[in-house]
Amino acid sequence: MAGGPARQYNNRLIRWVEYRMPIFSAVEATIGRDMPTPKNLNYWWSLGSVLFLALIIQIATGIFLAMHYIPNGAMAFDSVEQIMRNVNYGWLLRYVHANGASLFFAAVYLHILRGMYYGSYKAPRELLWIIGVVIFVVMMATAFMGYVLPWGQMSFWAATVITNLFSAIPLVGNGITTWLWGGFAVDSPTLQRFYSLHYLLPFVIFGISLLHVWALHVHGSSNPVGISTRSKQDTIPYHPYYTSKYMSVIGLSFIVLAFLVFYEPNFLSHPDNFKPADPLQTPANIVPEWYFLPFYAILRSIPDKLGGVVMFGASIAILFLLPWLDTSRVRSARFRPTYRYFFWIFVLDVIILGWVGAQHPEGASLLIGRLATAYYFAHFVIILPFVGWFERPRPLPESISKPVLKSGAAVAEAAE
Amino acid sequence: MTKLRGILTAAAVSLILATGANQVSAAEAEALPPAQDWSFNGLFGTFDRAALQRGYKVYKDVCASCHAMKYVAFRNLVDIGFTEGEAKALAEEYEVAGEPDEFGDPTTRKAALSDIFPAPYQNPQAARAANSGALPPDLSLITKAREHGPDYIRALMVGYEDAPADMTMGPGMNYNVYFPGHQVAMPAPLSEGMVEYADGTEASVEQMAEDVTTFLHWAANPELERRHQIGFQVMVYLILLTGLFLIVKQRVWRKLDH
Ligand code: HEC
Ligand code: HEM
Repeated sequence: MAGGPARQYNNRLIRWVEYRMPIFSAVEATIGRDMPTPKNLNYWWSLGSVLFLALIIQIATGIFLAMHYIPNGAMAFDSVEQIMRNVNYGWLLRYVHANGASLFFAAVYLHILRGMYYGSYKAPRELLWIIGVVIFVVMMATAFMGYVLPWGQMSFWAATVITNLFSAIPLVGNGITTWLWGGFAVDSPTLQRFYSLHYLLPFVIFGISLLHVWALHVHGSSNPVGISTRSKQDTIPYHPYYTSKYMSVIGLSFIVLAFLVFYEPNFLSHPDNFKPADPLQTPANIVPEWYFLPFYAILRSIPDKLGGVVMFGASIAILFLLPWLDTSRVRSARFRPTYRYFFWIFVLDVIILGWVGAQHPEGASLLIGRLATAYYFAHFVIILPFVGWFERPRPLPESISKPVLKSGAAVAEAAE
Repeated sequence: MTKLRGILTAAAVSLILATGANQVSAAEAEALPPAQDWSFNGLFGTFDRAALQRGYKVYKDVCASCHAMKYVAFRNLVDIGFTEGEAKALAEEYEVAGEPDEFGDPTTRKAALSDIFPAPYQNPQAARAANSGALPPDLSLITKAREHGPDYIRALMVGYEDAPADMTMGPGMNYNVYFPGHQVAMPAPLSEGMVEYADGTEASVEQMAEDVTTFLHWAANPELERRHQIGFQVMVYLILLTGLFLIVKQRVWRKLDH
């Protein structure tokens, strides 16, 4: 989409900079002039913008929190309380940061599910998808280490449980765990390194997001119909069409975030994290933040520690392979009558796993967790390949501009 | 349509699962603390100043002999309606450790507005020794640090009963309907007419429990009123703004149809 004659800019300042450092034309060369975008994107395509904003919010509030936070086992909890009570609008910073993390994950899960429903990971966007999964993994690491920082009971015990997982690795496990801790238990050295990394990783995410966007703009956005853009008729400029369309979603995200921050700031947090960390007292039920619950359920549904860790890792790693596990050549679930049902069953399965993750791993919930874990993997390694082979997709439209085919089936489809 | 149906089914099933699970856990656990209609609940909730001041008196006269509140300073009392002079006078009732004198010997001084509420025990060991081995927790964050928050704290205060005949109580333990496991080392802290309220309110156990809980909830959330106030403005602003965005979208996209 690059190329064309050298661009003449109207704005004098831009012209001045461009002459000395052609940064504007360089950006245009990757995203294309006016950013041509499929004309049929729906609201699910707004989540990328929401995610970018969520990252900015986390970084902006985090930097100010970091000015007052003290990463030391004896002082961390107190310093967070000082932020809450004695720093001007410190409570606002902290509540936005803590709930902002939830918004971030809510948006990333919807973003990922969007990709799964519309087959956005299929050629030529496999690398784009892989970069996205990398961002997701780094986000999880960042949020996990952030959750340790306030040094409450859940912070401490979550850190202990998760770092202990490494000790399941044969032979070197215990050595690795000690090395991660910087001692023989989770303590100030652990907290200090988590803090350092928690500050660093969001900027790593920022960098990887730029790669993500770069890869995106090589072939442009996919779209709900799932067929590639063929002509100029199929596209419209991103601005003002999608900027105007997606501003309202950003507004809505802000409304949800503001409601949590101002009215239910601790709705998503655990009461135990308002007790200072106590290495001598294990909480009755150690649970992570809601956004880790499905994976936590998978971890705990395996009776063997090493097995649990392996499945936990596999449950995330399998996302990398998704472009090759899905054998269907049709992208959008709109034209895949069988896959569509399995997609919603998969969503339900993940919700069930999330519920299981919050329960004591015993009795009925343990059994449900095991079944749901088995189904989670079956979805990827059995259902996706087989559905791709056996499903008869509905007829695809000729182009985005002409989504309605002569056949009745497609007309009904378009009316949906 | 099928999409919508899918979402609804997923939501319904997860709701059924979640509520079913709650019922199970409630049946085997302690009595659920009855939900109260607190003045600080809701979108416009504020603290009842008179209740806060009465609650402070209960804390000061009763709870403070066992529980510290290390995140609250005397100067914060101005926020609950005391004048600066009154807060200063309340502080000066206490002696705290001062700077060493010129010979290096320890001194004491009257507490000032900037001081935190003095702790009843020198260290956790002393606290445990005086309380059958149990540690009375710091109360500054207590309503946030317990499931059901203020409802639970109030219920705990009024939940003391004689232990059922078939239950063997540990030494120094007291039976409480709402405490997890029912055996609590804290003896029933409140009894009828225990404090004398300056405003003449009758000091029933119920009344004191409610007042002290209001005070503790303020101590845990000193920003609550300001938060609700700003929150309302922010919500109104954001809702209008989002409405505006939707209108802009309609206008911009209308161009496309022609
Ligand atoms: C005689 C000392 C004493 C007094 C007075 C006292 N407490 Fe306690 N309190 C304790 C002890 C000891 C514990 C720890 C109980 C345990 O863990 O079994 C405790 C625990 C608590 C808890 C935590 C219960 C839980 O769920 O873990 C709360 C809340 C509490 N007290 C509130 C109060 C309030 C409010 C007052 C004043 C009205 C008060 N206490 C007066 C000794 C006292
Ligand atoms: C990817 C972006 C980020 C995510 C997902 C994230 C997530 C979190 C989470 C979940 C917490 C715990 C909040 C709590 O329970 O109190 C936290 C705390 C914290 N974060 Fe971040 N964070 C991000 C970026 C940053 C950045 C860029 C900084 C610093 C520049 C930062 C600084 C802090 C500090 C100082 C705390 C401790 C104070 C507190 O607990 O509120 N964060 N973070």
